[in-house]
Amino acid sequence: MKKNYVADCSNWVLDRFPLTKLWNDHMAQYYAPRNFNFWYFFGSLALLVLVNQLVTGILLTMNYKPDANLAFDSVEYIMREVPWGWLVRYMHSTGASAFFIVVYLHMFRGLIYGSYKQPRELVWIFGMLLFVALMAEAFMGYLLPWGQMSYWGAQVIISLFSAIPIIGDDLSLWVRGDYVISDATLNRFFAFHVIAIPLILLMLIFLHIVALHEVGSNNPDGIDIKASKDPWGHPVDGIPFHPYYTVKDIVGVSVFLFFFATVLFYMPEMGGYFLEHANFIPADPLATPEHIAPVWYFTPFYAILRAIPDKFAGVIAMGGAIFVLFLLPWLDRSPVKSIRYRGGIYKKAILLFVISFLGLGYLGMQAPTAGATMMARVFTAIYFGFFLLMPIYTRWETTKPVPKRLSEQPTIEDRIPGWVSTAKEMVHEVSVEKDGETVTRTRPSPQGIKTVLIRTAKNLKESLD
Amino acid sequence: MSDQGVVDKSKRQFLTTALTVVGAVGTGYIAVPFLSQMQPSTKAKAAGAPVEIDISKLEKGQLLRAEWRGKPVWILDRPPEILEILATDTAKLADPNSLESKQPESSQNEFRSIKPEIFIAVGLCTHLGCSPTFRPETAPNDLGPDWKGGFFCPCHGSGFDLAGRVVSGVPAPTNLDVPPHRYITETRIIIGEESTEADT
Repeated sequence: MKKNYVADCSNWVLDRFPLTKLWNDHMAQYYAPRNFNFWYFFGSLALLVLVNQLVTGILLTMNYKPDANLAFDSVEYIMREVPWGWLVRYMHSTGASAFFIVVYLHMFRGLIYGSYKQPRELVWIFGMLLFVALMAEAFMGYLLPWGQMSYWGAQVIISLFSAIPIIGDDLSLWVRGDYVISDATLNRFFAFHVIAIPLILLMLIFLHIVALHEVGSNNPDGIDIKASKDPWGHPVDGIPFHPYYTVKDIVGVSVFLFFFATVLFYMPEMGGYFLEHANFIPADPLATPEHIAPVWYFTPFYAILRAIPDKFAGVIAMGGAIFVLFLLPWLDRSPVKSIRYRGGIYKKAILLFVISFLGLGYLGMQAPTAGATMMARVFTAIYFGFFLLMPIYTRWETTKPVPKRLSEQPTIEDRIPGWVSTAKEMVHEVSVEKDGETVTRTRPSPQGIKTVLIRTAKNLKESLD
Repeated sequence: MSDQGVVDKSKRQFLTTALTVVGAVGTGYIAVPFLSQMQPSTKAKAAGAPVEIDISKLEKGQLLRAEWRGKPVWILDRPPEILEILATDTAKLADPNSLESKQPESSQNEFRSIKPEIFIAVGLCTHLGCSPTFRPETAPNDLGPDWKGGFFCPCHGSGFDLAGRVVSGVPAPTNLDVPPHRYITETRIIIGEESTEADT
């Protein structure tokens, strides 16, 4: 018999390393619920953005200089003189904002479908630690271009430590490595940004996925698919992650890249939201810019900090706004996971929470006027109310019966006839005189629009009950 | 051996505990240099030398900005009408007598300065270290009718009067810091050195 060298080679590896087992456990035989929807793209997209940040980050370190005298110019050098440097730098800066968009949506998915609830508490905790590490990574990275916003943003955030009683001043001195933000600070932030935090991120992602694959993925119905299994021991409502979800995620990746490339090539600064205008001025330790605000992804927490008229309490509230998220699995006392079967109280609470979170995000970008501060206080109260009152109001809610098996949801194709008839309802045929002839034209119908609006409002109210 | 296969659990426990303690002490020892590495270096500590500033060209109402230890230092020449306001308009202040605030003893008075008209302060907000903007005008549109001139922090909206005293109900906890300073001559100041008894 002819010797098969390829098979021998692969057997040699497989005898020494469980490659097939790993592949099967986590891809080809990892059974995920078959009803993943739009919200389930963001996990794999976060991984994609991470890879983007790692690759572009490595390329940037080849030309960037972590030195207070050279940093700003080295970034401009990358932008103007390094071949394709502008592309790599914009991919990295746009990627940072994209990372937070994706991660916020990923977390919101967990919130509406109860993915943090038993038995996935640890998945949520590891995810929250990832979120904190990601914020540290983004904050330290933002100092590196050494612009005005870099400098004063870091000044404000490091001063947060000095609010801690007794050890505060020594702690902030230790973090800065100098009495003010200086070369020492820039150099150590570079070390943290490119070595320490990325290692922590990778380790946490590993733990996040190991914990997830141990308990299995949640789904939009919040039902345990392992409860009904086929004769071969696989969940009836599960499908192997590969090829089904790998292929589905490729669609998500394509759509994501469409938006990513649009921002990257046509509005890389996003009108001052992704790269702030003041950051195109080199850091000046003697003058704070007229209006300083953090990058958009920190503004909700920044608005909470500003809303409290006391230094230490403000810092505590800002830290608490993040810490309270860790407690979510234990604050929520509802027996039901998914928003599809939860009561009206929770739906309304989550709506208020989203409004207050977005409101805080907006206010954090605005100048601190008296009216804005008042609004921020109201939103801060709602933000904390949502979490801290959760043990009470989730007990009150009347949940809907949860089915044993995954429910069938209408697809887009199923919905199209409904949309078409709604569109037809809103117009009517009108006869008009044109060139002496009578022709019929389609015109908007006020009566039809009114009916549709009333029906939409009624449906909306019903869906919140 | 007769006691083969029998484990002396108390001996094993003792060894485990001993090893843990020794390991913890070793970790503690190595942690000291690792963590101290991040403290300010000798060079950074030495950079805090005093600065000499000439104020002979300073005009009434003008703010001069200098740098000391990498921080902005302000020198403001206040006209008499401002001193009048500072002496009377103290109701809105959180710490009018600067009891909770940082300043050398020579500047712990209502004007927070050695000479009433010359005000010297570190130009960093005591909240989170932004540099407040100089707003000497009275009742501007954005700061409201009660504003009688002062410093306004653009970061978190803390207001200070022209003696660097914080108004109440804002995030900043204390008045602006006054750095140690002394006069060498009438128009030359050293920032970073205390004035001694001999000067006064």
